[in-house]
Amino acid sequence: MVPEVGQFALALALTLALVQGILPIVGAARGNTVWMSVARPAAQGQFVFVAIAFGCLTYAFVNNDFSVAYVATNSNSALPLQYRIAGVWGGHEGSLLLWTLMLGVWTMAVTVFSRHLPQDMVARVVGVMGLVSVGFLAFMLFTSNPFDRLLPAAPDGRDLNPLLQDPGMVLHPPMLYLGYVGFSVAFAFAIAALLAGRLDAAWARWSRPWTTVAWMFLTLGIALGSGWAYYELGWGGWWFWDPVENASFMPWLMGTALIHSLAVTEKRGSFRSWTVLLAIFAFAFSLLGTFLVRSGVLTSVHAFATDPRRGIFILAFLTIVIGGSLVLYAWRTSRIGLGGSFDLVSRESLLLTNNVFLVVATGSVMLGTLYPLVLDALGLGKLSVGPPYFESVFVPLMAPALFLMGVGPLARWKKASLPELAVRLRWAFAVSLVTALLLPFTLGHWSALVSFGLLLALWIVASSVVNLLERIKNAATGASAWARLRSTPRAYYGMLLAHIGVAVFVVGVTLVKGYETEKDVRMEQGDTTEVGGYTFRLAGVAEVPGPNYVATRATMEVTRNGKSVTTLHPEKRFYNVQQMPMTEAAIDPGFTRDLYVSLGDELNATTWLVRIYHKPFVDWIWGGCLVMALGGLFAATDRRYRIAARRQREEEYAAAARGPQPSPVR
Amino acid sequence: MNSIVAKVFALMLMLFAGSAAFGKEAAPAAEDPALEQRMAALTSELRCLVCQNQTIADSNAGLAVDLKNEVREKMKQGMSDREIIDFMVTRYGDFVLYRPPFKATTLFLWLGPLLLLAAGLLTLLFRLKRGRGAAETGLSEDEHARAAKLLAAGTETEKQ
Amino acid sequence: MTAETLPKTRLYLLPLGIFFALVVLLGVGLTLDPREVPSPLIGKPAPHFELPQLHDPAKTFSEQDMRGKVWLLNVWASWCVSCRAEHPVLLELAKSNAVSIYGLNYKDQRKDGVAWLQSLGNPYQISAFDLNGRVGIDYGVYGVPETYVIDKRGVIRYKQIGPVTSEILKEKILPLVNELNRG
Repeated sequence: MVPEVGQFALALALTLALVQGILPIVGAARGNTVWMSVARPAAQGQFVFVAIAFGCLTYAFVNNDFSVAYVATNSNSALPLQYRIAGVWGGHEGSLLLWTLMLGVWTMAVTVFSRHLPQDMVARVVGVMGLVSVGFLAFMLFTSNPFDRLLPAAPDGRDLNPLLQDPGMVLHPPMLYLGYVGFSVAFAFAIAALLAGRLDAAWARWSRPWTTVAWMFLTLGIALGSGWAYYELGWGGWWFWDPVENASFMPWLMGTALIHSLAVTEKRGSFRSWTVLLAIFAFAFSLLGTFLVRSGVLTSVHAFATDPRRGIFILAFLTIVIGGSLVLYAWRTSRIGLGGSFDLVSRESLLLTNNVFLVVATGSVMLGTLYPLVLDALGLGKLSVGPPYFESVFVPLMAPALFLMGVGPLARWKKASLPELAVRLRWAFAVSLVTALLLPFTLGHWSALVSFGLLLALWIVASSVVNLLERIKNAATGASAWARLRSTPRAYYGMLLAHIGVAVFVVGVTLVKGYETEKDVRMEQGDTTEVGGYTFRLAGVAEVPGPNYVATRATMEVTRNGKSVTTLHPEKRFYNVQQMPMTEAAIDPGFTRDLYVSLGDELNATTWLVRIYHKPFVDWIWGGCLVMALGGLFAATDRRYRIAARRQREEEYAAAARGPQPSPVR
Repeated sequence: MNSIVAKVFALMLMLFAGSAAFGKEAAPAAEDPALEQRMAALTSELRCLVCQNQTIADSNAGLAVDLKNEVREKMKQGMSDREIIDFMVTRYGDFVLYRPPFKATTLFLWLGPLLLLAAGLLTLLFRLKRGRGAAETGLSEDEHARAAKLLAAGTETEKQ
Repeated sequence: MTAETLPKTRLYLLPLGIFFALVVLLGVGLTLDPREVPSPLIGKPAPHFELPQLHDPAKTFSEQDMRGKVWLLNVWASWCVSCRAEHPVLLELAKSNAVSIYGLNYKDQRKDGVAWLQSLGNPYQISAFDLNGRVGIDYGVYGVPETYVIDKRGVIRYKQIGPVTSEILKEKILPLVNELNRG
């Protein structure tokens, strides 16, 4: 009964999405207010029905309804509750429903936070998002129905893949999808502007917070995925340049370029057509990612059970949406106008240089990811492109961009001078250089690569400090430094934080690559070994049953200079249903290092293979991403976007415009 | 005589028990750690052909283990990294390498990013230099046309 | 002035053009199998091996024994499920005498391999016993079953990855064998 309700809800949602997608856009073109006003209620109704459908599927999972085929393939009665819920998005059909739900959440948000926008703009934005929803709902109903029945019902389910039975599974996909799908808002704004034939600084100001929030969620989603791989897969890797990982990284790079380009367009009204193109591309890469994961075109550890027939549907959808957008772009952009001009050296030009680097980086990642396919399609043989390629290409490409991160925020709008910038930054550079050259000696051996990485990170931090200090010193009035800091817009702090987050990330990557150590040893009970200055002693190994697995659990005592540091419990689990062995590494996280112990094979009744890692500063990788996301949050919640604050300001302006009022004569 | 034997036996017992409590320094898993380091570096560039995108270093699949043993054997025989890579490529093709070889078919792969960057930076430079002369009005073509019309109409009204 | 500095519409068609090429590429990609690894040994001499025979360990089998004949080398194992699917096709082929089939028992236990052939039938003139899979690696074997067509001069002319079906036999293997026999 419940699955049928869910399916019916999806069908209703599709109908509403069609209404939401067609009427408001046609209405906006014709100036028909009634049709335009359909946008909000249709969108909100669609969201309600998608939420109902999602609730029905969750219900089926939680109550172990194995008459639903999707539940039978992704769940099991012994599966703990939180993973039964996470199992809702553990497979292709359910993850599509999650995608659609997230789209509904964003659409809902747009309908709520858009009171200040002109009606035709809202109509078009919501309309475009409705059309995207139509695509996904149709995809589900016609090819990937999560509510398909399995008759007769299975006695029990095939269990969720043990790799996914983890807190990471609860957080990573929803966060990631919020990010991916969030770029549809920027996309919708871009299409709305093209449809209206009107693209001004106001459009950029409206788009910016939406893009920043989507970018923030995507940053968190990718960081979660990376952290999860790190502790789950058992060999301490955190990024493999796997096609699906790249599929999430490309929209992120584009989104970063878009945020910076929107800044130029908002402040100076310049390069609007480029910003629109970026907005289209960012979402295009989100859709491309959806295609790559589900079509079977590329091999990946993350790919869902792939089906070329589904691939055809997504490819057709991708062609229509992006192809249509690009046609609209080519047709309408000439009407939009160029915008203000600026000098060869200026903040605008530096931001655009940042764009060039980010877009080229995205292009390179795409080139590497798709190249094997290109050669195969042309009949030129089969090739693999893996981390060695991406690392050789991506890192040198990003280095200049990281350097410019220090220069850009200090450059003046419209016209800046290189010699002047050099003077302002000379101390920052000197301090960064000296510290970067000396620091490696304190951490171990000196290495040019480590020094270079540290130089870039320190440079970003030092120039941010210079930026902040200048702001305090250049107080227009005699206001105190503290007052000056308080009156600085939050978005400014957001920028500083995000940039510092990048620096933290770079430090983490550089130091872990430069100084991590590992040891592969044979251990019997009572044996000790030393890694990174810590002593590890295998106290014992025991068999421990879990809810749906049996684990061999080792107890590893860690000491340093005789003092106890921690006790770690690496496990080797054997899951009952899928008969899959899994290594659960034990990690002792720390601000300056991680201790990572992985239990290997049992060599004989008393001896075990153990792998122990000492990873300095590895948590700075994800810490940096968190700081970046925090910066995004600050930027998006800047006062100028907050609605209550806006109303207050509008009232203030209105009062000021009225002029001083004569006091009433008594 | 018996008491001496008993004492010796007791002593041995204590030593045995004592060593079990103290444990020993764990032996390295491999006989030759330097070789293992070389192994780790090389096997992380070779693809596991039966896996869904993993190196043979990270995989425990049957073929991956076989290939790792093969690589270790060849290293012990004194083959260089280059020779071992050639050995793999002869049997499995370029597909087995995660670092694509630099040949005619991969020219665009390896040089593409650099070319893209050069093209991007040059385009930007070109547009910036040209854009310097552009009007600062920020009006679109349409708006310019409208403005022109209005101004023309205004001048006519004035003339009247 | 503004109109002059704007690029023509043609330039704005560039992203569309690139996108279109991408779509075509992805569409073609849907018809391909990214996990199939073609053999670099086609057109090269079959790698040398000398292995004990499965049924008679005292005797050996080598590819050199087959010089002057066109033959099929089929890689199989008792633990391989797909091999069962192709086995009837091989038995038919053996009965028809169109070409001799020789087996490479890959990473198997001798008694399991013998028992498997006993119960399902033996299409192989001789099966070579490759216990540790070394010969398999030399031949670029990565998944069983795989079948090689080798000509009179000992050169590999074709590799079938996956089970041999009657269609593949009819369309690819038998025509090739006939051609090689004539030459």
